[in-house]
This record gives sequence, structure tokens and C-alpha cells, in this order.
Amino acid sequence: MVEAGRSPNIKILSNTDFLKLSGKPGDFTAKLRVRPRYIDHDKCTACGMCTQYCPRHLVDGYNEGLALTRPIHIDYPQAVPASYFIDPEACLHLKHGTCKICVSACQARAIDFDQQPEEMDLKVGAVVMAPGFGRVPDSALDKYSYGKHPDVVTSLEFERLLCASGPFEGELLRLSDRQHPKNLAFIQCVGSRDLGCDNGYCSSVCCMYAIKEAMVAKEHEPEIAITIYYMDMRTQGKGFDAARARAEAMGIKFVRARVADVMPWGNQLKLTFATMDGSHYFEAYDMVVLSVGLDSPADAANLADSAGFALNDYNFCRTSTFAPLQSSQEGVLVAGAFQGPKDIPESVTQSSAAAGLVSALTKKDRGKGYVVKSYPDEQQLTDDDEVRIGVFVCHCGVNIAGVVDVPDVDQYVEGMEGVVYHAQSLYSCSQDAQEVLKQKIKEHNLNRVVIAACSPRTHEPLFQETLKDAGLNRCLIEMVNIRDQCSWVHANEPAAATSKSKDLVRMGIAKARHIKPLPEQTVPVIDKALVLGGGIAGLTAALNLAEQGYATALVEKEAQLGGHLQEARYTLRGEEVAKTLKGLIDQVNKHKNIKVFTDTELVQLNGYVGNFSSQLKSRKGKGQESTIDHGVVVVATGGREHRPEKVLDSPVKYSAKVVTQRELEQRLAGKAKNRAPGSVVMIQCAGSRGDDLGYCSKNCCNDAVKNALKIKEINPESQVIVLYRDLRTYGYAEDYYRRAREQGVLFIPYSMDNKPRLTAGGKAPKVGFYDPLLREEVNLSPDLLVLSTGIVPDDTATLSRLLKVSVNEDKFYLEAHVKLRPVELPVSGAYVCGLAHSPQPVEEIIVQAQAAAAKAAIPLVKGYVSVEPTVSSVDQSACIGCGLCEALCPYQAIRMHKDENNKRKAETVTASCKGCGICAAHCPVFAISMGGFTDEQITAQITAFGQQ
Amino acid sequence: MAQEDFNPRILGFLCNWCCYAAADSAGVSRYQYPPNLRTIRIMCTGRLDPAFVFRGFAEGADGIFTGG
Repeated sequence: MVEAGRSPNIKILSNTDFLKLSGKPGDFTAKLRVRPRYIDHDKCTACGMCTQYCPRHLVDGYNEGLALTRPIHIDYPQAVPASYFIDPEACLHLKHGTCKICVSACQARAIDFDQQPEEMDLKVGAVVMAPGFGRVPDSALDKYSYGKHPDVVTSLEFERLLCASGPFEGELLRLSDRQHPKNLAFIQCVGSRDLGCDNGYCSSVCCMYAIKEAMVAKEHEPEIAITIYYMDMRTQGKGFDAARARAEAMGIKFVRARVADVMPWGNQLKLTFATMDGSHYFEAYDMVVLSVGLDSPADAANLADSAGFALNDYNFCRTSTFAPLQSSQEGVLVAGAFQGPKDIPESVTQSSAAAGLVSALTKKDRGKGYVVKSYPDEQQLTDDDEVRIGVFVCHCGVNIAGVVDVPDVDQYVEGMEGVVYHAQSLYSCSQDAQEVLKQKIKEHNLNRVVIAACSPRTHEPLFQETLKDAGLNRCLIEMVNIRDQCSWVHANEPAAATSKSKDLVRMGIAKARHIKPLPEQTVPVIDKALVLGGGIAGLTAALNLAEQGYATALVEKEAQLGGHLQEARYTLRGEEVAKTLKGLIDQVNKHKNIKVFTDTELVQLNGYVGNFSSQLKSRKGKGQESTIDHGVVVVATGGREHRPEKVLDSPVKYSAKVVTQRELEQRLAGKAKNRAPGSVVMIQCAGSRGDDLGYCSKNCCNDAVKNALKIKEINPESQVIVLYRDLRTYGYAEDYYRRAREQGVLFIPYSMDNKPRLTAGGKAPKVGFYDPLLREEVNLSPDLLVLSTGIVPDDTATLSRLLKVSVNEDKFYLEAHVKLRPVELPVSGAYVCGLAHSPQPVEEIIVQAQAAAAKAAIPLVKGYVSVEPTVSSVDQSACIGCGLCEALCPYQAIRMHKDENNKRKAETVTASCKGCGICAAHCPVFAISMGGFTDEQITAQITAFGQQ
Repeated sequence: MAQEDFNPRILGFLCNWCCYAAADSAGVSRYQYPPNLRTIRIMCTGRLDPAFVFRGFAEGADGIFTGG
């Protein structure tokens, strides 16, 4: 968020309404209304003084109404823009013309009651709709006594209750009596999978967040007893089932039951629920959390009307399986929960994908109006120059000065070696303090700056920017953290905090004496992409890159493009696969920017981001080899249907009577007369979720429902029984699950304690299982036994070795960060999408491929990659060529080369270096220096630590 | 030595990405802990040369803390 806020090329208009979109793709005009915030955000230092003085209370919407704030406030400390605003409906001045206390309280004179709403027209080429989700209707909450009893809370409220910045500072307390609850129940599917409130869909995320909240609550209160009441535990995402297993290991209880109602009962709440076997129970709890679903945004209809796109039955943006982010209005894309309920990684993926699609749509205008900031020439600094350090000690309003004796710390540095100037500042991050900093650098000819204030993690970039403006290398700064790690955590020990601040400042100054300017390095990028895998993911990624204007090589090991999607016939929504896939393949084959290599595999991959070189080998004829130079690589090597030899402990022999879901789909799409026989039994998780594969394959439930519906369509008399563990038709797929039940498909759950017994071979398959409704064993001899066998990745071992990236225990590639960098691999310049990433349905694969292409295009668009200056460097004369650093580097950022005397030497590949310093710590001859963290600097800090 | 008299000086090496970040968020959440720790930020605990630990003890640290 901060990064977006800081970019000169992103204009953030908060407090703004979207009124109307006119024009055509590439040339839209968006009419906007900017509401006044009554505070000049250029002047506001976010000191919080106004909120302290504001006399009126206001229910804090950010804290879900569980806390109080003031009409003049900021939602939370990290909000972007970091500026306060006034709620005009609550402000005494704006409402009644009185008060105005804030005006005199604000030292920055930022309050401006004269601001008026402003209408503006924005010229844009494309629009991305990302309004998020709305709240489920109150009617869905009423039956659980929500609003009638304070200890029935929604999961959103509970999230705030658990949060350290929440109303009870993270302490878990009941709202009724401020006591710690001893037991707690979560009720799932509140406002989801509920036709009572017209939300027939599954919200996809509630099971997982309930588990997370339960685990966090358990960490806060280890003694608390937690029960989650659920219908199906839909933890279908990558690694989610493992989280559920961890929750169970922590003692969190899962009960499969629909809770009918919640009634106040003495000091407690009484839950009435029925389990699968039809038995009714009552249970009392201290607190009840309603896992509320994600509804469409409240103004969805308005938004759709203003921008001219269509909504689906549930008032989310309407899209299709093969163009998941395209609204019905050309040039208007959608991302995030407005496309359908989804979690953070998927939302992040969608937003990347949307950005890539926009980039292709607006290709001809690329670079126009792009702002590149310029700086004065950098002052050259040599080792002989005198060290001139300026120390700035920040009050941060009362945040630091309320605890630490700032004048004392400021005075303490007087006379320290190298310190030629020191001063205090009220808010060193404020705009005016930055100007003072620049001025003092010039005035006192400072060449090192020590800022004793907050965390370098949040504020170093800001000060570095100021140093650059002042003509200094941005590495000539050392931040000393006397707020986050001192005044805030020793609030009751001012003397000790002051003494700690002095120690830290002394250590910072000691380091500063040794800091050196580091070069800003950039590495040129070859503007070509390599896409590995010609399935739906690879095709989509390649096409997107080509549309953005980049030469792309698409490598497929099979003789033709299309991958395993060629085996699919129809989607859950009924769309035909073959036609769309053929269309895509044709587009790829015809595209002037794409070169297709079929029957080809990758045998060698060298280089680093911007400068890869790959060796391809034909699998045909003499095995002709060719070399491709490229700047980025997208891994889309796919996966295929699993074919376990054993299912639920029974050996399997696939035959005309024992088939997988994919085989069934092909049969159903054919013309054979008996393709939908009279009795069919489907076994879910046959080989997944701990049976053979450890994970959930995410597709099989949808496939089972899809095929069951198809059977019913062909032969309505057919008896279809689906044996399942948790039916995971998340999102809109729930509609089809409901339809299947309405059409008489029987869904019967089984547990791993009592697995179905199969005779899955030969001509007469048999199934025996326990029916919890009948409460007895049932034995069937179906005409057809269908196994939902899951998905395995195609060979990831070879490529992961070539690329030097890791795979997880299930052999899928491990992304760089699950939530924030879901399509990037840990190696810079390498991206992953599709079934090589994780099992997922085709719609999600397409989005992921578009996202991977969008991310891969970033270095290509820029033409270079910039490298953080804090990278390692190897002293070539000292290096003995042992190769230890190369072996230890986790990022392949060290390579061995021969010098002019033919001696083995190590060198840093700066473009790949992440600055961890493992190499420097292990070099036996101290030949490696870590920029910004040299032996000399750290040793100076340690020595200064000793000089108390 | 009585427990309450012992006021150790602890030198900490904190990884920028995890422990240093965690120490920041402890601050944001206003968690209180004893003021005995002085920290050095490094970009990864992999940077921690064993020599730094010895040096810390030589400079009078009663304990060395590494967080990464």
C-alpha cells in the first residue's frame, strides 16, 4: 500500500465516488466526485493531536463498531494516504457550525473547513473494477440472536477483537461482561449457501478464516474450548488442509452440523443443531462467532449501471470461464471479490492479471505521461574525505518524546567522533522536516546522516529519497529505531528507555562512520520471454505477453499445443472446451510475436533475470538443439489426472466399469447409447487428501457434480450416488451442487474412520459403505464406478533443478510468497502458473497465467532491473575460489568464473542478490563484503555496544 | 546474586525480514518487554558471522540474542 502511495505514477483518489463512464475502450472518460476530507493532506503530519482534542465521540467503523473514535480521525495508523479526515455527518462544526477546536489544536494548520466536493473527469484507456465485497443481509444473522445478545459476534468483529490494534488490544473478552470466554463456537455458512437470503453461492473463504481465527484465539487463550460447526470444511486451497490438521492437533473441535438457532440462555448462548444422522443436540457457549459470507458490494447495481456492465444472479460482476476478468463491457475488467468471493492470494493474482490485460489494451499509449523523478548529481565521496555526521533525534510528537528524554539523547551525541551537527525534530518524516534535513546537509556539508526515530523498514526509503534530493548517495543514512523498538515497548520505564536510546544512537553513529556510498546498479533486460508448457496456462501466458508486444518462445514437449485440457469436453457452466481451446491455439500459432516449439524440451537454463540463456532440444529426429536468449521465464508445465493403483486401501483396476472422472466426461460427451447407465457410484477423494496424495485437488468435487448432472441430463432415471468427505463446490459451483441434489443425485458423506470398501476391478465393481442417515451398511453393485482421483503436477524435478527453485512436499512449485507474490518463483525473473503451481480449475488457471504474464512483463517493459545497492561484492584478489559461497547462496547469486590468470574466482550476480549476507559470513578469507552491512560496520556497532 | 539485581546487557542480531519486523510490530501493538536488549539489524541471520557473537561477549554482553 505504501509502495503504491509513493509511486509518482499512481494517483490515489480516496474519499471519491465513481459517477459515470463514457467513451470507448482506449478512450474512456470517468466522471468522479471527490468528497472533501476537510484536511489538507499535504500539510497533515498524522500526529493525531486533532483526534485527542475533538470533543465528540463516533462509533469506529474500522473496528466494526466495537470501539469509539472521533469525527476527525484516521482509520488506522498505516492508512494510505496517511492523512486524517473529518466525518461531515458527525462533526460539530460541519453539522452545527460550532466547535472548531481542531483548528487550533492542529500545529500543522492542516484543517480546512472550506473544502468543497469537486467533480472531475479522468481520461483513461481501461477500467479495473475492484470494489471488494459487501455484507450479508441482517436477515441471515437474526436467527442466531445477532444484535439481541452482545456475545454473538460476526467473524469480522471477532477479527477486530483478536487484533492487537482492536478494541481490547488483542485480549479476547466477551462484550457483555468483559470476561474471558471459556468456550466458543463458530457457525459456518452464515449468509452463504443460504437461499433464505438469496445467497446460494459458497463464499469460499469462511472455512479457512474460521480456522485461522480459531487458531489465533487458541494462541491468545490456550485453555479455551473451540468448536466449529460446519456443513463441509472447504479448505481446498494450497496447503489449507494442512492448516485444518494443525487446528485439529491444537484441540479445535470440528462438528459437521447445521446450527438451527442460537438463543440466550442464562449467561450463555444455547445452540440447537442437528447432526448428519438426524439427531438433535443442544450445547451452551460463552461466545458465538458467525462466519459471515462475502456478499456483493452494496453499490454493485449502481456501479454496473454507471460503467455499463452486467451483473450475475448474485449481483457480482458477470464473467465467463474462459475470460474470467472480462466484464460484459469491453475495456472494463474486474478483479478481486467483486468477480466472485475469493481469498487474498487469488485476489492478488487477479489484480496482477487485470493489470496485465490493461497493459495489453493500452499498449499504444504505453509510456506516455510516465513520470520519472530526477535528482541532482551525486556528490562524490572518497575514503579520504572527512566523515561529517549529522544526527537528527525525532520526538515523533509524543510517541518518542513522551517516554524518551529526547533533549538528553540529542545532547549525548555532542562531541562524538565525526558528529558535526545534531538536532531534534518534532516529526522528522514531515514534509517541512525533510526540507530542514536537506538544508542542514548543505549548510554543514554533511556526508553521513543518522536519524534516530522509527523503523528503517517503514521510513528509510523516505529519508533515502531526501538524501538523493540533497545530492547524497542514498546509502549514507543509518536509522536508529528508538520508537517501535524502544519508546513504544518501554512506555513505563522512561529512564531505561532513554539509556537504551543513547546506546542505540551511539551504535548507529559508530556504524555511520564506516558507511560508504554504494552504486545504483541496473541490469539490462533482453526483451524476450520464454514460456514453458503449451497447455491452457502456457498458451494464455504466451498470448498475453505477445499482446503486450514481447517476442515469446512457447515450448511444448508434446507434438501439439493444448495440454491436458484437450481431454476435457465441457465446463461446469456448460461451455464447450474444444472450440475455445482451438481458438486460443490458432491465435497463438498465428501471432507474429510468438514462436512455437512443439516436441521440444528444455535441457539447460543459465543466467539470471534479464539475461537468461536456454538450451532447447527437439524430441524428434536427430534431437536438434537451439539456444534462446530471454529476459524472463514463465513455468506452465502443468499437471494431469492422477491414476492411483490403490484407492481407500483397495487395489484398483481401471476398466470399462471402473473409470476416472475425466474418462467419464469423455464417455458422456460421446454418442454411445449406454453412456449414462442406470446406477453410478462416484468416490470423492479417491487418492487425494491423505489417501494417496496428501492434498485436496480442488477440481474433483466440481467434476463429480458436472458429470452427475450430465448423467441426469442424458438418463434422468439413472441413480447417481456420490460418496464424499467434504463437498467442495466453492463459489458459484454451489449452484450446480444444489441443482444436482434437486435432480436426485445422492450425496453421502464418509469418514476416514469408516471408509467405503471397494472391489474396483473386473466386470462387476462393488461398493460397501455406511449410510449415516439410514444408520446402516449399504452394499451396491453399480453399473459404473467413477473415481475422483485428483491431480498431480507433471515432472517438476528436472526443471526445478535447472531453474534452481524448490518444490513443496507435494511436488508443486513453491511460490515466492503465498499471499503477496503468488505467481513469482523465488528466483528473480521466473514465474509460475497453472497446475505446476497447484491444483485448480481452468478459470483460476487462466487468471494465474495472465497474472504471471503481467508480472513477467514488468522487467520487459522497463528494459532493465534495478538492484538494491545492498548486495555482496567479492574482492577478486582475496578470493581463493573455494566455491563455498556459491554452494551456500540460496538465490544462485554467486557464480564461479576464471580470471585472466585462469584462477577460479567467485563473483556476485548483482541482479539476483538479495543481500542476505550468508556468503560474507561464511567466506573463510573475508573476501566478501556485504554492502551496507560490512564486517567493519557491524564490528563498529558491537564495539560501540561495549562502550557504555 | 539475587534474581532482581541481575540486569543483563543483551546484544541482539535481528533479521530485517522476520525478527526485526516482529520487533517493530511488537512496538506497534505496544507490547512491553524488559529494556535490556540492544539490537543490530542485519539483512538475514545468515549474515551472522560467529566472530560477531564472540566479539559481543568480549565487549561485555551477558547474552547474545539472534532472531531470524
